[in-house]
Amino acid sequence: MVMGDLVRDVDVVVIGGGPGGYSAAFRCAELGLETVVVDANKRLGGACLFEGCIPSKALLHVAAVLGEAERAKEFGVDFGPARVSLDPLRKWKAERVVGKLARGLASVAKSKGVEVVGGRGVFEDARTVRVEGDEPQALKFRHAIVAVGSAPSRLPGIELSERVMDSTAALEVMEIPERLLVVGGGYIGLELGQVYAALGSAVTLVEMTDGLLPGADRDLVQWLARRVDKQFAAVRLNARLEALRETRGGVEATIAGTAATFDRALIAVGRRPLTDGLGLESTRAKLDPRGFVAIDARCATADPRIFAVGDATGEPMLAHRAMRQGKVVAEVIAGRPAAFDNTVVPAVVFTDPEIAWCGLTETRAAADGRVVRVAKFQWAASGRAATLGRSDGMTKLVVDPESGRLLGAGIAGPGAGELIAEAALAVETALLAEDLALTIHTHPTLSETLMEAAETLLRG
Amino acid sequence: MSRPFVLPDLGEGLTEAEIVQVLVREGDVIAEDAPLLEVETDKATVEIPSPMSGRVEKIHVEPHQTVKVGQVLVTFGDAAAGATPTGKQAADPLDPTRTRAPEPRTAVRDGRARQTAPAEPARQTAPVGQRAEARALPTAETPARTGPVPATPSTRRLARELGVDLHTVRGTGPGGRVTDDDVRAASGGVATTPAPVARAEPSQPAAPTAPAKPLATHVSEPPLPNFEQWGAIERQPLSHLRRTIAERMTLSATVIPHVTHFDRADITDLDAIIQRNLEPVKARGVTLTLTAFLLKAAALALREHPTFNATLDAAAGQLILKRYVHVGVAVATERGLIVPVLRDVDVKPLLDVARELGALAQRVRDGKATLDDLRGGSFTVTNIGALGGTGAIPIINYPEVAILGVSRARPEPVVRDGRIEPRLLLPLSLTFDHRVADGADGARFASAIVRRLEAPERLLGLEL
Repeated sequence: MVMGDLVRDVDVVVIGGGPGGYSAAFRCAELGLETVVVDANKRLGGACLFEGCIPSKALLHVAAVLGEAERAKEFGVDFGPARVSLDPLRKWKAERVVGKLARGLASVAKSKGVEVVGGRGVFEDARTVRVEGDEPQALKFRHAIVAVGSAPSRLPGIELSERVMDSTAALEVMEIPERLLVVGGGYIGLELGQVYAALGSAVTLVEMTDGLLPGADRDLVQWLARRVDKQFAAVRLNARLEALRETRGGVEATIAGTAATFDRALIAVGRRPLTDGLGLESTRAKLDPRGFVAIDARCATADPRIFAVGDATGEPMLAHRAMRQGKVVAEVIAGRPAAFDNTVVPAVVFTDPEIAWCGLTETRAAADGRVVRVAKFQWAASGRAATLGRSDGMTKLVVDPESGRLLGAGIAGPGAGELIAEAALAVETALLAEDLALTIHTHPTLSETLMEAAETLLRG
Repeated sequence: MSRPFVLPDLGEGLTEAEIVQVLVREGDVIAEDAPLLEVETDKATVEIPSPMSGRVEKIHVEPHQTVKVGQVLVTFGDAAAGATPTGKQAADPLDPTRTRAPEPRTAVRDGRARQTAPAEPARQTAPVGQRAEARALPTAETPARTGPVPATPSTRRLARELGVDLHTVRGTGPGGRVTDDDVRAASGGVATTPAPVARAEPSQPAAPTAPAKPLATHVSEPPLPNFEQWGAIERQPLSHLRRTIAERMTLSATVIPHVTHFDRADITDLDAIIQRNLEPVKARGVTLTLTAFLLKAAALALREHPTFNATLDAAAGQLILKRYVHVGVAVATERGLIVPVLRDVDVKPLLDVARELGALAQRVRDGKATLDDLRGGSFTVTNIGALGGTGAIPIINYPEVAILGVSRARPEPVVRDGRIEPRLLLPLSLTFDHRVADGADGARFASAIVRRLEAPERLLGLEL
């Protein structure tokens, strides 16, 4: 087939089959719009399912099991040294986790009548997307949704190779390197660093700034920092990776003037939007200097027919933000008065211990000069934490001093990622700290820590 | 840069409209005041002119779609994309008052059936600027008012649906949280008040009326049998107008205990006066009709019996007596009956009533009536005899207290002074709210009308 042979008219073209794209497509279909998803790999799930959230959490679960087994020695249970077989591990991850979810998404698409076309979508003009690749065709659309997502950022002068991995490659776990260098102290470097450390690698982490998880509140991060200090071979803060070159049998890194040799390196210095070569210059949609598509609260670009969601539209690059945007954009296209007006986009770092926050952070409040009341509850006083052998955590609330309204929350500790959901609901619905304090929380659970933190605000 | 245009406030009590026709296409460059859309409300078909010059970037609605006040109808693109904006918009493209259309040009091509005359408007006294402000939709170009407003996501959605900018709403919930009620109040209290609730008295003007949910009042219809077991059926959707009538009629018939009193007026003399004066009055540009006399007779009788010129405020346990006598009258048009309202009929000379009635009926038939022509009535007269019949029981035009049905006048044998004479008799049926008045009151009020019709010189003011 020659390109351009096939021209189809559709209501909505979604470029990219990740969480933002498929959420938008599913909702569009529900609202009666004929919707086609163009995905380079002709599949739904995107980076989240195939090279991000899901596989990393599968590996982190493995790491958690290993960690629990190790801790069990404290109360007299010794499983002996763990033996990890990578083939069954990879197979479990690929088939029982990723494969199962991918099949689920495909069947949802089928049931909703959403077609997935394989290929790269490029805007020819503000009405047409050209599909290049396996299934070349032109799609004339009434509306298009850019959901192209993001990919790991590169470091200038450093080429990826078998030994120099990005997060996508690291998730494949081709081997357990004896010595692993992790470049970047953000959530990706920390999560994957902990996976490899649990599997047995000696991990050295290099972070340019003066702390892990830049931007997160320090009193939350310290719980993770303490753990990582013990778990990793070295954590080098305020240190810049000056050079990285492959040697025979390894990679040699120059960090802050000193050279050291590792078996593999993981570059985890953030993610960049995949908006290059998308042809947006043929439309009225605009990119910002960092390559993100500029959108308004309705996820509309400057081109009236074109919308954008997800990582391609900026920070925070999180799947759940993209999914909400996808639903908003579908309703906007269907003529409903929808808007992405969410107050909180909760963030979770799935490390051990987990770090999670939502809404206003103390750091942000301080930077904005905003006066807030902060309530903290240390897990050392939590009965549930004690029974888990995990008193390494805390729960804190950021509250408006005048109204007592919850503005944000932060949690460090195992399970923080699940616990933050209650706080997110409370902040999103503009509850008062008092509402949390007066709600009965199950005893003994870690969720009580939210109630306890709120109670400290009511005393006195 | 795009500017949304929302369905403007079409008048109190009107919360939604059905799109009849979209008069522009996406990409069109149109001038300010050019016809944009035609919408049908409960009361009228209204042509909405463009609030601004510009390019139609996106049309969010299509024919037959029901839209709510505040919902985005059309998005205008950058004026620079080919249009010539007026200085006003160029200077202040975000002027929120622009989202309130210029006076909608009302083309009444339809209305509700007879007894469903527009009810009392809640006297809305919120400053126009403030309300317009509250209606401005948040857009990308309004970064000045940012930051989250404390409200639940569902409340925020409601605000978007009603076109209320949450930043302009004062929250009454805990910690200043904006509640659903706050949003509804900010939108003029229309959201949950599809049926007009005339509760606002001058003394309590801005108080938002409690949300009325008329069709939910204690009545739920039992499930229908499967009619197909007896033969083929066809299901038809109800039009917007039909639905409205159904809801209003159900409301009135459900809430108000109706009583109908029958009477007859001997209009032999009145008819003679009309026939005698038709030509001379016509020479003065006025058509003399029986209806004018009926309105006048009813208005004078209403002044004598004010409880029939009232509304029962059941929630407050009060009767709201109206110090004005505005009479609604059913007028037949091509698309159905509509009920324009004549003001202050009690104090106007009969010829003025006749002249205004003629002009109003003409406006209605020409599709030039304004919404103000269609609301504010305190009593309704419906001539249900045009097509024959000997009598009919009208349903009260909620929230009024009474409605006068008039059937066809016929010459009948009447015994007068011991002799049988042919006389022209006009059957009247007065339906009234039994909560407000009893049978004897109704009989007295009806005979007050009859008395005036039988002594037409009084209607002409000659006895004064």
